[in-house]
Amino acid sequence: MRKFLALSTSLIILTALVGCGSQPAAPEQAGAGVEDRSPSAVSTSPVTPVTVGQADLYGIAALKDPKSPLSKRNIYFDYDSYVVKDEFKSLLDHHAKFLVKNGQMKMLIQGHADERGSREYNLALGQKRSEAVRKALILLGAKDAQLESVSLGEEKPACMEQSESCWAQNRRGDMLYSGEF
Amino acid sequence: MKKLKSLFFVGIFLATAVGVSQAQLSIEITGAGAQRIPVAVADFAGERVITQALTSVVRSDLERSGLFLMVDTAGALLNEGTVPNYPEWKAKGADALAAGSVNVMPDGRYETRFRLHDTQKQAAIAGQALAHNATQIRTTAHRIADIIYEKLTGERGIFSTRIAYVVKSAGRYELQIADADGNGAQVALASKEPIISPAWSPDGGRLAYVSFEAKKPVVYVHDLVTGRRHVAANFKGSNSAPAWSPDGARLAVVLTKNGNSQLYVVNVDGSGVTRLAGSSGIDTEPQFSPDGQFIYFTSDRGGSPQIYRQPVDGGPAQRITFDGNYNVTPRLSPDGKSLAYVSRDSGRFRVTIMDLGTRQTQMLTDTAKDESPSFSPNGRMILFATEVSGRGVLAAVSTDGRVKHRLSVQAADVREPAWGPFSK
Repeated sequence: MRKFLALSTSLIILTALVGCGSQPAAPEQAGAGVEDRSPSAVSTSPVTPVTVGQADLYGIAALKDPKSPLSKRNIYFDYDSYVVKDEFKSLLDHHAKFLVKNGQMKMLIQGHADERGSREYNLALGQKRSEAVRKALILLGAKDAQLESVSLGEEKPACMEQSESCWAQNRRGDMLYSGEF
Repeated sequence: MKKLKSLFFVGIFLATAVGVSQAQLSIEITGAGAQRIPVAVADFAGERVITQALTSVVRSDLERSGLFLMVDTAGALLNEGTVPNYPEWKAKGADALAAGSVNVMPDGRYETRFRLHDTQKQAAIAGQALAHNATQIRTTAHRIADIIYEKLTGERGIFSTRIAYVVKSAGRYELQIADADGNGAQVALASKEPIISPAWSPDGGRLAYVSFEAKKPVVYVHDLVTGRRHVAANFKGSNSAPAWSPDGARLAVVLTKNGNSQLYVVNVDGSGVTRLAGSSGIDTEPQFSPDGQFIYFTSDRGGSPQIYRQPVDGGPAQRITFDGNYNVTPRLSPDGKSLAYVSRDSGRFRVTIMDLGTRQTQMLTDTAKDESPSFSPNGRMILFATEVSGRGVLAAVSTDGRVKHRLSVQAADVREPAWGPFSK
């Protein structure tokens, strides 16, 4: 039951994400005018997409599907902070589910820091970020053997300018799957 | 003579094992010592093309040290056999005078002879003959400058030493080795991925460093003569910050086997990993004291990054830095009496030196993004990375803060300097 709930939550997130396009979302359509002219709307059973969606949602192909949350791989951190913010918890939840479902898949978590200060100390700060992501995934069911948390410190900035908005993009953890590193 | 020959062969192997770099470091002197010894270096006698090159390197070495004032010799014709007119040179202001010659030997190689005179004592105080080939003119000049420096200051010269550093250009990282004056740069390792934290072995033959070529930091040990390298630490997680033990047998490294960055010691071949110190936070940037008794390191165990030291054989850690809330990258002077590190002061990162006896500190630079201080093997200068006009450059400052110079490469970032040991 709990699993079902979590699944349906994921589904809602997925549909919400998919719903960003021009087509109105399916459930809303089904809930509209019942007795009038569209039997075809009634005939699209809400069950089938759930089953198909479930298979696709955490399948290997989802990793490269831009519509899947699994295609999102960056977790951003506040300045001098190593705590995964609430806004990234559902993303980590999806990745944990993928790892649980695909036990053969491994993930390399690369932590980053902004450029100010010592390179080696920044390497250690990046490690704290990748480690926070690793621990969150473990709590969500991923296996220790699937995960490696490392740091690239300040060496691989996503943004090269010297500004706070730029540094914020560099305080992050990146998730890479088998075949991507 | 035998020693010179073996040096010559080492030079040949080096040239084949590493590629010659196109990007040359250029040097700019921005400060000099308060009291400089006036020295005259006369043009050496012999083939003019050779002697001019040689004499100019001797002069620029001595001048760059900030400890000497070059007295114009106005084309005086002298060689090592000439007895100089001491009162005349003294009147020109020279406390010391060097003169010499370069001669072609029967086998086509060269012999450079020189003599150093004290104009006060009115006597020769040093002299030497050096055999070399045409490609070793700079090396020979550095040797002569070292002898003059040592005779007049009482401490060993560093003109024959080498430096390592990383040059970053578009999508390419090169670990380079150059003479202490930035000349003769050679590429020891080129990679598309970052290279950081080079550290010289005490014998000067190998470099330990961190390379990201495997999409994560891994510690390598690289033999400069053969170009062969091996993995010294590649555990699950990050591997970084290598530091040689004074006997060259072990490396202190930072591993994240148990989550956070912590200090370990491994044998140079990568075997025998042991935990060195432990904290629940970050411990990094280890460095052995020259006597091998202590490990200095950076730790955030007190809430902000500060420098601590701990006996290698166990025992409690002792906090060393207290001023400010960001003190990192501890580097011991060769005599173990001073500590150089980087301190953040009003948002500026500056090289700072602490007298470990009195705990007095002095900020040595007026730049804002200093990193990676590294002592010259005679303890007189500190080489570090900094930024000028948005570009990474190397700079050197004397431990009294007076002598300053800067080394930069056109259109590239230079960073992560490490000053090599005295050549054997």
